[in-house]
Amino acid sequence: MNSRVVISNIVRWVLLFFVQVFLLRNIGFYNLSAPFIYVLFVLALPFGIPNLLLYILAFGTGIVMDAFYDTLGVHATACAVLAFVRISFISVTVNRDGFDEPEPSLSGMGFKWFVLYSLLCIFFHHLVVFFLEAFRLNEIGYTLVRCLLSCIFTLFLVLLAQFIFYKRKSR
Amino acid sequence: MRNLWIFLNRYNAFFFLIIFFVAGIILTVRNNAYQRSVTLNSTNGLVGAAYEHLNVVKRYLNLGMVNDSLAKENALLKTEILALRSIDSAKDVTVKDTLRNVQYTYLPAKVIKNSFTLRNNIITINKGRLDGIEPDMAVISPQQGVIGLVRDVSDHLATIRSLLHKDTRISVAIKKNNALGSLIWGDRNFDIRKAFVTDIPNHVKMSVGDTIVTSGAGEFPIGVPVGRVRKTNVSTGDNFLAAEITLFNDFSNLQYVYVIKNKYAAEQKALELNSKNDE
Repeated sequence: MNSRVVISNIVRWVLLFFVQVFLLRNIGFYNLSAPFIYVLFVLALPFGIPNLLLYILAFGTGIVMDAFYDTLGVHATACAVLAFVRISFISVTVNRDGFDEPEPSLSGMGFKWFVLYSLLCIFFHHLVVFFLEAFRLNEIGYTLVRCLLSCIFTLFLVLLAQFIFYKRKSR
Repeated sequence: MRNLWIFLNRYNAFFFLIIFFVAGIILTVRNNAYQRSVTLNSTNGLVGAAYEHLNVVKRYLNLGMVNDSLAKENALLKTEILALRSIDSAKDVTVKDTLRNVQYTYLPAKVIKNSFTLRNNIITINKGRLDGIEPDMAVISPQQGVIGLVRDVSDHLATIRSLLHKDTRISVAIKKNNALGSLIWGDRNFDIRKAFVTDIPNHVKMSVGDTIVTSGAGEFPIGVPVGRVRKTNVSTGDNFLAAEITLFNDFSNLQYVYVIKNKYAAEQKALELNSKNDE
């Protein structure tokens, strides 16, 4: 059971890594929208994971992404924020003791919960990424527009992935 | 100690966030050239800005005194320059009335009340009849450009009919070919950086960027720069050309002006009146 979870997460990480680095890195709409689908890995980690491990995994993923994006630290910081948002949101909305589902997913938690959950996490992650990238406040409007458009794009991809891979399992 | 540990444990998510967030920021700033340069510059900029503000305050306290002395000095120098330039070499050496044949003298004056938002603008200055100012004297700006003509004079004050007035017409010329025209602010024009030169003869060639100077007819000395042509062939409805020009001087921040004393003004006026009567 436990090893199955570990292996499925590793496979997911590798898949998302390849999609992100070799496909999505080259996609953008007029410099306004850049999707970061790899956040799905952090979003879909099991509920029972210890906080420290979650932070280390998220931070590590961020560092790897930074290495390929040549922005050492930006994605790592954003992933730390993402982990915090994830922990806060889950502790508020999900009963701590009896998890019905092993991990957050669209089919297991319901459409509404999952959309809200991923939207919040993605928004804060992207906010940090774009502001650290711009690193100044005098183009705040442009940065916010980029952030919001990218949020929509990423959310769309995350939901798409969920529909493709998890729908069948729930039946 | 145990309580502290419990406290840390309960909110461990937040403390982890702080640790990892700081680590991430440090990585970002240390490893990315752009972020590093920005942080260094903003700290430097902060210190520099503080010093600059301090200096501005210091300088401001002495500003009045400095301005007074500069205006005085400028007037002296300008008078000197004009004197050197206008020595009339054709004149008979036996003339005794002047040491040097100086036609124009500059009198510096401080603007007490400026006005530039109305249709007809009047400026008040702090020199009057006792300082030798008479009506219809020309007034120019210390930097570049014309201001207007003296209108009324009291003992210590005078008003100037600014160029931004519907009755003001100043004779000007295009510098490159000396073609005459008259400078007006123009009807329905509320832009204080813009004016019109009208009554330019039809055959005159002019182009955008030409310099406009005073022509020497009237009260203004010859060759005072006025502005630069911005648009040619503005339609006026008559047989003359008109040009839209950008003025060199800015009426909105006028502090000092020079009133020009023309030694032969009365003589010229009487003479011209005579000639007109004979026509």
